[in-house]
Amino acid sequence: MTVDPQDRVTPASTAPAGSADRASGGDPVSAAGWVDAPPRMGFFTDTSVCIGCKACEVACKEWNGVPTSGLDLLGMSYDNTGALTADSWRHVAFVEQPRPAGQHPASAGSAEFLGMPAAGPPGRTGSAQGRSDFRWLMMSDVCKHCTRAGCLDVCPTGALFRTEFGTVVVQEDICNGCGYCVSACPYGVIDRRAGDGRVWKCTLCYDRIGAGGTPACAQACPTESIQYGPLDELRERAATRVATLHERGESQARLYGHDPDDGVGGDGAFFLLLDEPEVYGLPPDPQVSTRDLPRMWRRAGLAALAMTAAAVGAFLGGRR
Amino acid sequence: MPRAEFSSYYGRPILKPPVWTWEIAAYLFTGGLAAGSSLLAAGGQLTGRPEVRRAGRVVALAAVTASAALLVKDLGRPERFHHMLRVAKPTSPMSVGTWILGAYGPAAGLAAVAEVAPLLPDRGPLGLARRVLPPVGRAAGLAAAASAPALGTYTAVLLADTAVPSWHEAYPHLPFVFAGSALASGAGVGLLAVPPAQAGPARRMAVLGAGLELFGAHRVETRLGLLGEPYRIGRPGRLLRAGRALTVAGVAGAVLGGRSRVVSALSGVALLAASVATRFGVFQAGVASARDPKYTVLPQRERLDRRRAAEGDR
Repeated sequence: MTVDPQDRVTPASTAPAGSADRASGGDPVSAAGWVDAPPRMGFFTDTSVCIGCKACEVACKEWNGVPTSGLDLLGMSYDNTGALTADSWRHVAFVEQPRPAGQHPASAGSAEFLGMPAAGPPGRTGSAQGRSDFRWLMMSDVCKHCTRAGCLDVCPTGALFRTEFGTVVVQEDICNGCGYCVSACPYGVIDRRAGDGRVWKCTLCYDRIGAGGTPACAQACPTESIQYGPLDELRERAATRVATLHERGESQARLYGHDPDDGVGGDGAFFLLLDEPEVYGLPPDPQVSTRDLPRMWRRAGLAALAMTAAAVGAFLGGRR
Repeated sequence: MPRAEFSSYYGRPILKPPVWTWEIAAYLFTGGLAAGSSLLAAGGQLTGRPEVRRAGRVVALAAVTASAALLVKDLGRPERFHHMLRVAKPTSPMSVGTWILGAYGPAAGLAAVAEVAPLLPDRGPLGLARRVLPPVGRAAGLAAAASAPALGTYTAVLLADTAVPSWHEAYPHLPFVFAGSALASGAGVGLLAVPPAQAGPARRMAVLGAGLELFGAHRVETRLGLLGEPYRIGRPGRLLRAGRALTVAGVAGAVLGGRSRVVSALSGVALLAASVATRFGVFQAGVASARDPKYTVLPQRERLDRRRAAEGDR
């Protein structure tokens, strides 16, 4: 499965890297010009077992040499990272939610801070009936490594490219910081680093997986909330997990980004969530903007024709 | 507009707001100005109006030079601007724009330089240039005009091909706003630079450009549902209203000003200012739509519910 570095080409410079004409789903690796590529690799992040320890955030920073994001107390539960940025390639979201569980009636109040911990974890009474009406949702967010990646499509330098593992990576020696990818990402992931000028994001540890290793975050995760592997396998495993959770009465468990027919052709990094995506700060129905690109060019062409006609008309339309 | 309920993560934006700053909004103006001026210049060239031709060519060169400077300045790594030339990518409107500018810029530059021919001496090497430059300038002027409509409209695709909700959703209408704004600013140059007696084509161009722009802007504001809101409220809304008022004033002055050189010139200034206001308004409306999660969540939620309902019917 090793790839000779000599054979590593930047697909964008040798083949049309874009996927604008392609229907959703499909194989982005061979579309990018790779031959005999290894299976597509990805992340399955199962938020139902995330304990919010942030080991993933730390391991990612350590391995990838990501600069500190500074001490910034945001006053949002235990989340002081806030969002995925150029300096945070994993972000653990903490959602505090008043939510009736079991037979408990919904409390009329809104979100409340849990306060200092008591002897045991809140709501731990051994049965669904006895749970408190307050819950925590934790989720380790990351770049989705879309099948149809908007960032990759719009990159004008070829700095962003599709790896042989189907992931999307920025080449920092090419990026000139134009910032187009930042606006093209439907998840708000890729970001320009102040003072550096270039864009940065998760590489799915291209160096580690290229050497047969596991990405740092997945390796550090103590609960296997972050699982790394061939995407096909992860999708099967995720489907089983959702079925299990439904059986156990967690009816809100759902997968996010697993569907190859969604607006980005499915994500290389997908999630099991316990509530609507927007609760975690994820877009409910993301679409790659280049999906509409042929229609956009047609409209621009029409406008260009109108512009030409107006100019011709202006000079032919009168004697003076 | 009823304020619908939606969930979010502590009210934080889902999208990253564009990292582009005022330079890109300014480039939308200067790029359009260059395109409009080149069309004006070519019209002057082909219909024997040397003053119109000269003004158009000179302004086109100035505007395209400013454009290049603004685009390079906005990069995170300006010294790497030439990395844009590594690839030609049809899926990237910025790459397409790079090559449009690459074709347009030198042509517009050559056409403007050719205007110095009458100032050169009759003899010697410069005398040769004096004889060679006019035909070269004519060819270059036509080449610049041929690529000008692409330069004037691709920027609409540049903005629309993003996840920025109010830019993306406006893709059917933005090219007409930008095409009209480019024509109106080019017409503004004509009204400013040539005597009213020769400004007939510029006046007609102002009317047609303003019509196209107002038509497109009206659709942007009224046909996008919730995503039209950022174009109507706050600072972007004020800029776009100012742009519209200036456009109307400029056209009225151009049409009704008759033989007055002052009124004609003021109309030109109004049209140029209108184009600046419109470009900054459109730019800032998009930025505002990316900052508020409501513009990301609500339309997507609606789309999702519609799709699920359709699947349920089947």
